Amino acid sequence: MSAPNKSYDPVEVEALKPEEIERMRDEALAAFAAAGGLDALHEAKVAHTGPTSPLSLANREIGALPPQAKAEAGKRVGMARGAVNKALAARQAELEAERDARVLVEEAVDVTLPHDRLPAGARHPLTTLCERIEDVFVAMGYEVAEGPEVETEWFNFDALNFGPDHPARAMQDTFFVQGKAAADSGSAAGSAESGVVLRTHTSPVQVRAMLDREPPVYVVCPGRVYRTDELDATHTPVFTQVELLAIDEGLTMADLKGTIEHMVRSLFGEGLTTRLRPNYFPFTEPSAELDMQCYVCRGESAGNPDRPCRTCSSEGWIELGGCGMVNPRVLIAAGIDPEKYSGFAFGFGIERLLMFRHNVEDMRDMVEGDVRFTRPFGMEI
Amino acid sequence: MRAPLSWLREYVDLPAGETGRDVQAELIAAGLEVERVEQLGTGLTGPLVVGQVLTIEELEGFRKPIRFCTVDVGQANGTGEPQEIVCGARNFSVGDKVVVVLPGAVLPGDFAIAARKTYGKTSHGMICSGEELGMGDDGTHGIIVLPQEYEPGTDAIELLELVDEVLDIAVTPDRGYCLSMRGIARELATAYGLPLRDPALLDVPAPNSYGYPVQVADPAACDRFTARTVTGLDAEARSPIWLQRRLQKAGMRPVSLTVDITNYVMLELGQPLHAYDRTRIQGAIGVRRAEPGEKLTTLDGTKRVLDAEDLVITDDRGPIGLAGVMGGAETEIADHGAATSSTEVVIEAAHFDPIVVARAARRHKLSSEAAKRFERGVDPQAASAAAQRTVDLLVLLAGGTAEAGVTEVVTPSGPHTIAMRADHPDRVAGVRYGRESVVRRLQQVGCDVYGQDELIVTVPSWRPDLTDPNDLAEEVIRLEGYENLPSTLPQPPAGRGLTERQRLHRRVGRALAGAGYVEALNYPFVGDEALNHLGLEADDPRRTAVRLVNPLSDTEPALRTTLLPGLFAALRRNDGRGEHDLALFETGLVFRPTGDEATPVRLPVDRRPTDEEIAALDAALPRQPRRAAVVLAGAREQTGWWGQGRPATWADAVEAGRTVAREAGVELIVRQDQHAPYHPGRCAALLAVVDGQETLVGNAGELHPRVTKAFGLPERTCAMEIELDLLERARTGALQAPHVSAFPVATQDVALVVDASVAAADVEAALKAGAGELLESLRLFDVFTGEQLGEGKKSLAYALRFRADDRTLTAEEASAAREAAVRSAVERTGAVLRGA
Repeated sequence: MSAPNKSYDPVEVEALKPEEIERMRDEALAAFAAAGGLDALHEAKVAHTGPTSPLSLANREIGALPPQAKAEAGKRVGMARGAVNKALAARQAELEAERDARVLVEEAVDVTLPHDRLPAGARHPLTTLCERIEDVFVAMGYEVAEGPEVETEWFNFDALNFGPDHPARAMQDTFFVQGKAAADSGSAAGSAESGVVLRTHTSPVQVRAMLDREPPVYVVCPGRVYRTDELDATHTPVFTQVELLAIDEGLTMADLKGTIEHMVRSLFGEGLTTRLRPNYFPFTEPSAELDMQCYVCRGESAGNPDRPCRTCSSEGWIELGGCGMVNPRVLIAAGIDPEKYSGFAFGFGIERLLMFRHNVEDMRDMVEGDVRFTRPFGMEI
Repeated sequence: MRAPLSWLREYVDLPAGETGRDVQAELIAAGLEVERVEQLGTGLTGPLVVGQVLTIEELEGFRKPIRFCTVDVGQANGTGEPQEIVCGARNFSVGDKVVVVLPGAVLPGDFAIAARKTYGKTSHGMICSGEELGMGDDGTHGIIVLPQEYEPGTDAIELLELVDEVLDIAVTPDRGYCLSMRGIARELATAYGLPLRDPALLDVPAPNSYGYPVQVADPAACDRFTARTVTGLDAEARSPIWLQRRLQKAGMRPVSLTVDITNYVMLELGQPLHAYDRTRIQGAIGVRRAEPGEKLTTLDGTKRVLDAEDLVITDDRGPIGLAGVMGGAETEIADHGAATSSTEVVIEAAHFDPIVVARAARRHKLSSEAAKRFERGVDPQAASAAAQRTVDLLVLLAGGTAEAGVTEVVTPSGPHTIAMRADHPDRVAGVRYGRESVVRRLQQVGCDVYGQDELIVTVPSWRPDLTDPNDLAEEVIRLEGYENLPSTLPQPPAGRGLTERQRLHRRVGRALAGAGYVEALNYPFVGDEALNHLGLEADDPRRTAVRLVNPLSDTEPALRTTLLPGLFAALRRNDGRGEHDLALFETGLVFRPTGDEATPVRLPVDRRPTDEEIAALDAALPRQPRRAAVVLAGAREQTGWWGQGRPATWADAVEAGRTVAREAGVELIVRQDQHAPYHPGRCAALLAVVDGQETLVGNAGELHPRVTKAFGLPERTCAMEIELDLLERARTGALQAPHVSAFPVATQDVALVVDASVAAADVEAALKAGAGELLESLRLFDVFTGEQLGEGKKSLAYALRFRADDRTLTAEEASAAREAAVRSAVERTGAVLRGA
């Protein structure tokens, strides 16, 4: 800053004339407007607002004015500098926005590019369907019970009221485990007496559940079971069952029916009826086969050749599984007093359920582990 | 069981308009599984008439013998002139009565008949075989030759009963009585509320002492034996058309009159019968257990060595039949037309113990119509009637004479009664039926019912399956209609959801799927070949497998002891189908017998077994732990626009193990290992602290090249297998939340040179031990080998992060901690600080 000018010279304060200040201001504004980029704007900024810019120099001259002129000149210069700074900031913002917009455009990518770097995994639909069914019952208060797949005949048959010579026992197509003697000698003959089998149903888990718990017992038993069927489009020797068992005081067939209807609604939606047909199983009495109304045609296809239904073969009904009231003999073998308690049981195959719920046409697809089959099912079903 | 509707109508006056589908619905509701209703003669329209062959001209010069015939069809052709027909069959002669279809008719299968030129002649119709008319097998494979009594021109559609409906019923083991028209008709009558004409209600002469002698040595196994004799049978007599047709519709083949009659009566009444040629029996008929080693040639021509438990029918020479299963060839009645036809027969109608018959049939792998019925229970009270019915038919159709002698050996047994509260069915069903309905329904079933609140129910002789109150409840409920049951929802006690174990199994599946693995559920069957391919030593415990008596395939007779072979097969299958970048997983049981499994004793079922008894049973079972396993091949990460992918390696397999363990809340300890089927230099042992002990829980790595070759897997296939049951036990209690410090972190890097054989895990452990409490985390960010390090050396570069809970660390503090960490590594692993 120059020192105050005590003996000012009017000629030297030419720069503080109003027209001069206006000119300086207008030149600055014009220069900012003309700046095509941030670099040019910076140059203009130095030229028009820097310490050697005309306005700055003019400002310095104010001190040289007579006191009575200082106020007016100061005001004039101040207003001009204010306008210049404002214009500079506006132009700065404008140019930055332009630059940013340009950079973001340049950085644009094709977001439709695939990114299958790590292909997705999936769980088997039999697993997830099983879990879904478990969840329906767990929500009702049931426990999930499990048991061994290699099982003693007592648990698999005897305790379930399949006597040793029961025709139904022969109908179960059982895999028998070799006894020790046979295994040692490597011969299979005459070794059916090991008393151990691959479980033919998950019902032995029910027996174990009853032995393990004090009634009331409400369990759902999912698991793998084995029968000596050859693998084809509709059979597999290794399949998955879910059974449920309820033991309590005063349980009735009406309770059984209501429970299964609840499950059908949970899995297939509202409005489907179910049907019980008398049947026979050694471990339940009375016994029934359970059908649900076909969820595709809703029964419309039965006896209606114009509306054939592949899902139910135009029967209108889909066979779900077997059920009934637990035979009191089974309760006795499991140490439950049939005078006090009654119970119901229901069992069905998950493979069949998967087949008609998801239009699986060939059982082999569930068995072979082909990733093209399993992958689309993802994590939940 | 196949039941023609026309036959059932003989016993129940069904409304005329009832179709097979209607009847099916009613019977299904009553508990008979009517699988389908077969429509016989659908689309069949005449004229189909009886014709008499007038002339036969053999046509020569064709590849097969052809006959040009003229046939008298009465007025059926409108002219009364002989009908000219070309025929390829040869089993008829001039004068025979045959079945002729005339132009304009349509045979089953939309087969329209018209006059047509063939073999140089015009054939005005066709002489028909049973097959062409949809009649089923009649055993002749030729055209039908009718008995002479029918006039030419007679309508054959009616004569041969070609239009009918047949119910095909899958009879459950408890409903043995429904293996007869009588039983099915009874259900039908009840379902329609109509009276039943019981075909077993016959006048039967009282037994006397001059019938054929029978001695029953085992009255427990044979509580009833009726024998009747018919003589003077016409050797030329053949089964009439109606009889043949009923057998055919029921699925049996007509054989000879006597055999057809016994089969017919069995179908009608459910009582298996046997006819012996009396001239071929020597001495009295006996019923006893077989001597061990005795032999019998059964009717199917098989020579069988008998078991001491087999019940046999004998004459003076020895066994002549396997009781209730099959007769013997020795005393077989001869077919008509045979050189010496049987003209005298002894009819057996007996009742055998179901278990005795079931065991014999199983022992000799011989299923028969008779055995099927005895196993499921035959009405013992119907035996006499069945014998009488057979005698009547032999007299009627074969011109025989019934001998007056009637043999009946009966071990009397009281009727079976069940005590049941009158409201028991109500309590089972959850419906109020009331005593009156209960009693009425039980009476419909054939029971006698006494009592008020407590009912005494005597079950009918044909329902041996009714033994318990619940059996009676089922009868009431099914006749009242299962479809009329209401729906209610029971209120279970509040549940606790899934167990920790079940939640773990789900999490493991989700975590592996989330890491890109696809679940495969493989059969657990393996063979020795797979165990050999794994490269297992002879004494490897994985060779001790559960073996099956009756495997589906002889090459896979055992159960898996490891999940890997199944996954290998699935991997190979996918690879063969063109998927080469694969990551599969499975969780499931493996079966690990120790060889010390006990043989289970057969426990009673009339009480709860004791805990000791249950433990003894369980001791018969192999250990069945649950495992998780993965296999990987091809690219783990794909190459793409983002850059290079990378192949799946041993490290992915080990990481899969860590992924599983992490879900169990367990930190795995990884060690170098050598273990089949892995590459000896690329195999990790996976350990965890189980019950306070460091325990091997699994293995992971790259497969041995010999193993990939043996299983036909892609090169460098990697795998991991880990035991979930052990991880579950390794789980520590609820996690304590970490304290999160807000003070700044001090980062220090350190590069250590160690021998190549030193495990990175050991270096890391040493650094951690030396760094002390200030170490927040440590990460290996580079592994480097190169000439400047020297032969057999590697450099491991770690980033160490230090932080204090209560202050900002000074540079000196951080450096001191780093130096302490390095010292520890130097001491424990021989590491040298790089650049030091």
